[in-house]
Amino acid sequence: MAEFDWSSIPGAWPFLWAGMQTTLEITVLAVAAGIVWGTLLAIMRMSDIRLLSWFAASYVNLFRSIPLVMVLLWFFLIVPALLESLFSTPRTSDTRLSSALVAFALFEAAYYAEIIRAGIQSVSRGQSAAALALGMSQSQTMRLVILPQAVSNMVPLLLTQGIILFQDTSLVYVSSLADFFGAAYKVGDRDGRLVELLLFAGAVYFAICFSASMLVKHFQKRAGS
Amino acid sequence: MKHLRLFAAILAGLLISAPVLAQQSGGTLKKIKDSNTIALGHRESSIPFSYYDDKQQVVGYSQELMQKVVDAVKAELKLANLQVKLTPVTSQNRIPLVQNGTVDIECGSTTNNTERQKQVAFSNTIFVIGTRLLVKQGSGIKDFADLAGKNVVTTAGTTSERLIRKMNEDKKLGMNIISAKDHGESFLTLETGRAVAFMMDDALLAGEMAKARRPADWLIVGQPQSREAYGCMLRRDDAPFKKLVDAALTRAMSSGEAERIYKKWFMSPIPPKGLNLNFPISEDVAKTFKNPNDKAFD
Amino acid sequence: MGYHWNWGIFLAQVPSGGTSYLGWMLSGLMTTLALSLSAWIIALVIGSAMGVLRTVPNRWLSGIGALYVELFRNIPLLVQLFIWYFVLPELLPERLGNAYKEINPLLQQFTAAMICLGLFTGARVCEQVRSGIDSLPRGQRLAGLALGLSGPQTYRYVLLPMAFRIIVPPLTSEFLNIFKNSAVASTIGLLELAAQGRQLVDYTAQPYESFIAVTLTFMLLNALIMSLMHRLEARVRVPGQGGHHG
Repeated sequence: MAEFDWSSIPGAWPFLWAGMQTTLEITVLAVAAGIVWGTLLAIMRMSDIRLLSWFAASYVNLFRSIPLVMVLLWFFLIVPALLESLFSTPRTSDTRLSSALVAFALFEAAYYAEIIRAGIQSVSRGQSAAALALGMSQSQTMRLVILPQAVSNMVPLLLTQGIILFQDTSLVYVSSLADFFGAAYKVGDRDGRLVELLLFAGAVYFAICFSASMLVKHFQKRAGS
Repeated sequence: MKHLRLFAAILAGLLISAPVLAQQSGGTLKKIKDSNTIALGHRESSIPFSYYDDKQQVVGYSQELMQKVVDAVKAELKLANLQVKLTPVTSQNRIPLVQNGTVDIECGSTTNNTERQKQVAFSNTIFVIGTRLLVKQGSGIKDFADLAGKNVVTTAGTTSERLIRKMNEDKKLGMNIISAKDHGESFLTLETGRAVAFMMDDALLAGEMAKARRPADWLIVGQPQSREAYGCMLRRDDAPFKKLVDAALTRAMSSGEAERIYKKWFMSPIPPKGLNLNFPISEDVAKTFKNPNDKAFD
Repeated sequence: MGYHWNWGIFLAQVPSGGTSYLGWMLSGLMTTLALSLSAWIIALVIGSAMGVLRTVPNRWLSGIGALYVELFRNIPLLVQLFIWYFVLPELLPERLGNAYKEINPLLQQFTAAMICLGLFTGARVCEQVRSGIDSLPRGQRLAGLALGLSGPQTYRYVLLPMAFRIIVPPLTSEFLNIFKNSAVASTIGLLELAAQGRQLVDYTAQPYESFIAVTLTFMLLNALIMSLMHRLEARVRVPGQGGHHG
């Protein structure tokens, strides 16, 4: 059985590349949406308004206590029907990509919120006290003093979380969406060459994630010196 | 424990909103007309019914029949530019996806039985199969009784999965049953020696054989455990759409078109490897073509 | 048509008989627990060993630790799982591979998932152990050596006890992750909690009940472990090092 046959891969290249584009699309959009929503959640969580901080804390705890696979299945099989009944939105036919995007964005936001909150809290309290003493408003303090420093503290962590998200996108397998892994699996399944395609997919993910994490480390070192 | 309260709120939302689901469906034809789109569900590795060819296009016997339905919808609604959206489904998620409206019609390899009729509707029968076993040449397995104490694979969510589990329980065969995600994965499980037999619909087993590294190594054996009718799956209680689908299929069957499609997929070389299944038309299928109907066999 | 809520479905008998749907869910929960706990033991053992290797003053040994971490952190869990389950038996010597493939498939799925989750999480544990050891003042290692302890003894009696107490909070979050990540094992057919939930949808056409039950169970599990681990944290916290989880 240990006879490898890699001949499936060159012919399937366009399909695999389309899969990689889907993977990248989900990663980039979910990172962007996750950071925006995560920042809002982090600010809410630290807010003095109890309802807001309660909501943000519950949200973060909820999403952090459920497996990503379950979240994806919820959004794939159940949430579309729910939205339709709540808002009587017309159903778009292929909900796999949009449901995956929404699921990842909402899920990752919970993780980004914690990174961002830690980043903001890493800026010493004295700084915000000083800014307030200088006559800046709360939002000016946040925007001009805290966030710029917090961001540079947390950029490496945000990027690392991005790499994790890139890997996690392979879980859209559960909704048959042809991301890079899904495409590789489908080609292997069709041609009876699953062993070869799985090894190939593993090698590609490794090459990309390893290079990316090296870049992050490099960036971190330069920022640190 | 705080998040439990949020969850309770979501839960309450679900309870209130779920009953609304029903009144939303204004009929599939209206939905197709409004969106100018028909959503088709297809399989990824149900050879030769519905699967990807080497260019990643969806092809197959059921797929071609579904195309006849699309043509009929186009004509009926006068939508020359009707958009077609394809969604791959698996044995496990096909019913929820039809119910929740992600796909309007699914023609693949879905058995029409009374249990499923409680959840979805079925078109006129498009194929008839028997559930049998695929085994390796020379493995010595000739029938289900030979499987006692062995590893057996079947595809999750299929009628075969239920039949074999029940048989295992009733006859105390002590089989280890593996439920694979799709037929391709089931066959891989058989081919790599993890299971000694693959229980599935005979036509699908012939299809899996055709893509094997060495097709001659494999054999379909065993007394059929059930006789089942394949139909296209639709949402329930949508008489106008079902009528249109049935009419399109009946037309294809009485005009000889269905038989031509049958010969193309079961009696001639098919992608991806150009193998011929040599699966002659059965008495049951011939009867269905002569007298189209939507009766389940159980 | 409408959606018919039917929570009684869990008490109904499954078609093949012998148990109820609730029985399926409970057996799924047991599988999830067994899988997660056994994988956690692997992760702790391998992760600690590799974490120590990464801090020893020997290039080759620390290189092995680094290789392990990079390999297991840079390939998605799902891909690793498929490789363990589908690919590895094909790479084994033929007789061994065949012998493995003839054992009970449940055991095959379970061992593949256990090793996969264990090594995957081990890479993260390794990094925590390393950072725990690195965070100790250099003087501690030197003091140990000066007292006449050997290198391994210094780790055993001085560095590791301190390091582990410091890294309990991050280890807690890895421990929680292993339960959540165990749901990925449903993709190779292992009937753990999430897979039983999907099977229930398939058999009963009651998706809401099943999804809600599975999700709630994961949440309760999470809350339970979190409160247990908080107690542990409080007991082992190093005085003066309490600010680790903000």
